Amino acid sequence: MATKKFMFVNRKSPYGTVYALESLEVVLISAAFEQDVSLAFLDDGVYQITKGQNTDGIGQKNFSSTYKALGDYEIKKLYVEKESLEERGLTPDDLMDLVWEDEDDDWAEKPSIILVNRAEMADAMAEQEVTLSF
Amino acid sequence: MAMLHIVNKSPFERVSFRSCLNHVKPGDSVLMIEDAVVGAYDNTSFSDKLKASMSDVSVYVLGGDLVARGLSEDRVINGIKSVDYAGFVDLTVENETTQSWL
Repeated sequence: MATKKFMFVNRKSPYGTVYALESLEVVLISAAFEQDVSLAFLDDGVYQITKGQNTDGIGQKNFSSTYKALGDYEIKKLYVEKESLEERGLTPDDLMDLVWEDEDDDWAEKPSIILVNRAEMADAMAEQEVTLSF
Repeated sequence: MAMLHIVNKSPFERVSFRSCLNHVKPGDSVLMIEDAVVGAYDNTSFSDKLKASMSDVSVYVLGGDLVARGLSEDRVINGIKSVDYAGFVDLTVENETTQSWL
């Protein structure tokens, strides 16, 4: 099967709607098909990967730790838009440390998060063959 | 007739929060729940709008929804009070009426 460039575009906060969780489910399914997968986090989507999420108070499953497993599925391109963070009073330090292990470099842990500005995000979107929006 | 205005949509995604603030009366209360809690943070593109309303309106945020999204009570706008579900119920009792800005 030919490999295509897939991008999952995440633009919504987690827990308030089911989009973030559904996106994650499809991302994990896509990993089984060995496609060239990247994720984009912009607008309220940046809240999906904040560190320290604790859902004890709202009676919902905390699925944020699943993002940490993406590297094990060869999903290692997580584009995060700087402007979206800034508009929300957030910095890259507020995000989880998401990494992948490079087997060509003695399994060194490397960051999965790629901080991009709005124009660079547009460029990343433009080079995709398949785009799935959540 | 004090009213409790309940907002559950992000101010960065929908206009409902702004519309709410454009319609509140002095003495009313505004409670942020679900995705609206992201509007409680200071130094955002929305915080000045919310601060401008806070001189004559009481503003609350549901703490459980804040920490679910990895957000800290330390970084919300000064003067916003954090409440739990029991506090949510109290607010509905203290106000004569409620309005949800869906």
